[in-house]
Amino acid sequence: MPADDQMRSYPGARPPDRTGHIMSSGLRLALNEWGDPSAPMIAMVHGGFDFSRTFDVFAPMIADAGWRVVAWDARGHGDSDHAHLYSWAADVRDHMAAITSLSDEPIVLLGHSKGGGQLLDLLDARPGLARAFINLDGMPSQFSAPDINDRERRRMRRADVAAALDRRRRRNELTRRPDTIEGLAGRRAPMNPRLSREWLEYLVTVGARHDAEGWRWKIDPVLHLGGFGPWRPQWSMDHLAALDLPFLGVLSGVQDDPMGWKSRRGDIEPYLPPGGQLEFHDDIGHFLHIEQPRFIADLVLDFLGRLP
Amino acid sequence: MSRRTEFLPNGSLRLALHTLADGVDGGAADGGGTAHPLLLLHGLGEQSPAARPAWTAAWPGPVLALDFTGHGESDVPVGGGYMPETLMADVDAVIAAHGPVTIVGRGLGAWIALLIAGARTASVRGVVLADGSGLAGGGPHPPSPYVTVLGPGDGRTPDPYALIELSRDVRPPDYALDYLRFALEESELETPVVVAARIRPDWLVAIAADVSVTEAPLAEAVGSFVDPLLVSR
Repeated sequence: MPADDQMRSYPGARPPDRTGHIMSSGLRLALNEWGDPSAPMIAMVHGGFDFSRTFDVFAPMIADAGWRVVAWDARGHGDSDHAHLYSWAADVRDHMAAITSLSDEPIVLLGHSKGGGQLLDLLDARPGLARAFINLDGMPSQFSAPDINDRERRRMRRADVAAALDRRRRRNELTRRPDTIEGLAGRRAPMNPRLSREWLEYLVTVGARHDAEGWRWKIDPVLHLGGFGPWRPQWSMDHLAALDLPFLGVLSGVQDDPMGWKSRRGDIEPYLPPGGQLEFHDDIGHFLHIEQPRFIADLVLDFLGRLP
Repeated sequence: MSRRTEFLPNGSLRLALHTLADGVDGGAADGGGTAHPLLLLHGLGEQSPAARPAWTAAWPGPVLALDFTGHGESDVPVGGGYMPETLMADVDAVIAAHGPVTIVGRGLGAWIALLIAGARTASVRGVVLADGSGLAGGGPHPPSPYVTVLGPGDGRTPDPYALIELSRDVRPPDYALDYLRFALEESELETPVVVAARIRPDWLVAIAADVSVTEAPLAEAVGSFVDPLLVSR
């Protein structure tokens, strides 16, 4: 356990009221909860390279408005088990295992970034799991791929594949590099350039583990940003168009944020489910609920307040 | 000879690699450049053959056969998560242990063979794509959405998650052609890919139609790599 002077606080951040775990085909997924356990349930699914404690400010705002907020760490992330294999489809299945173990009734689902994209897949296959869906900048579209020529795209893919194979060859030797709180926060900053250093240092203390050599992110070192395979962003729009439930989508319009798919309003609107609501904010980055938690929480609560 | 099995490290799991035949010099390189191993990759839900198939008769080097993760005598991971791209790493583990190989892939193994031919061009000295289970995968577009959760496995193979996930992965023709291009741009062989399969899902139609790819019956295709300077059509 690190000394008290090694911990950090952050304005509005509140640790979960309850912790536990859920099982997905033998894998243990860490579960965090905020709010009254008898209140209506909303599940929040984090994005890639994040973890459920990244909801430490946002989730209490929703919980304090009368909701039971549940959030789990994806396999290999946060306090969940590291797996031998990782894939988009396996994450989607883990989400289903979590949801069905927490409720027999449809619940509200909220997903950020990759978590939102994965929930689009899940709800197309299992629409009965949700009574409403909120997607925070997790809507890849055909227009969100970078504008590169075929040769360059192939070169990038080839480099990604070779790097992934090299990493798997060395997977038994891989460890996350130890550092100070400030050092880890600094290394994460390029992924989160719009978030304060104070927040990133807080994240270290809830998303990293302390040992004799320092702090190390808990995420499985074999994981890397991106991934590979023939995934196409437009496939997510097929899933979006298939939905038939109350829907709120929120897009970040900040084009120079290194994370996110950069979809624009016009890319998504043609595929919205009937009555779906789409918000576009060109002054909030990809991590909308962290950068502007009160604003996004009020938007979400207004949507929730109008549910039948 | 009877099959001999070794286990290769695969993270915390193990991969079963079988030797079905030693090379003419007991597996040692003969200096002629043809004594590197022939590696057989099985189809979806299958496992390595118990003995050397007749169509490998022309191969002078060792004949190896790999059980993919979750298949045959290889270990079963907890919680699935199979992708063809991660099975590439299974083959890469063989390359790391035994050096360059020529590969014959059946069904799913044919798809993996194409991917690894593009990803490890210096170590893959030709691939033969043959008929077998799991050749089509999920097709060129995403199949109808389907998500199911199984209970914890019992460690037996084939892993049900492997059967589900590796029969639903999407195999767009242009993606297959990317890997063919990788192989062609770097391989020392003029024709590193030979199609022996008679069944042609969309991705294989695209591969077979490429001017740099030849077609031949299985035994002939294997024989063509004994002399690596395969004559282009």
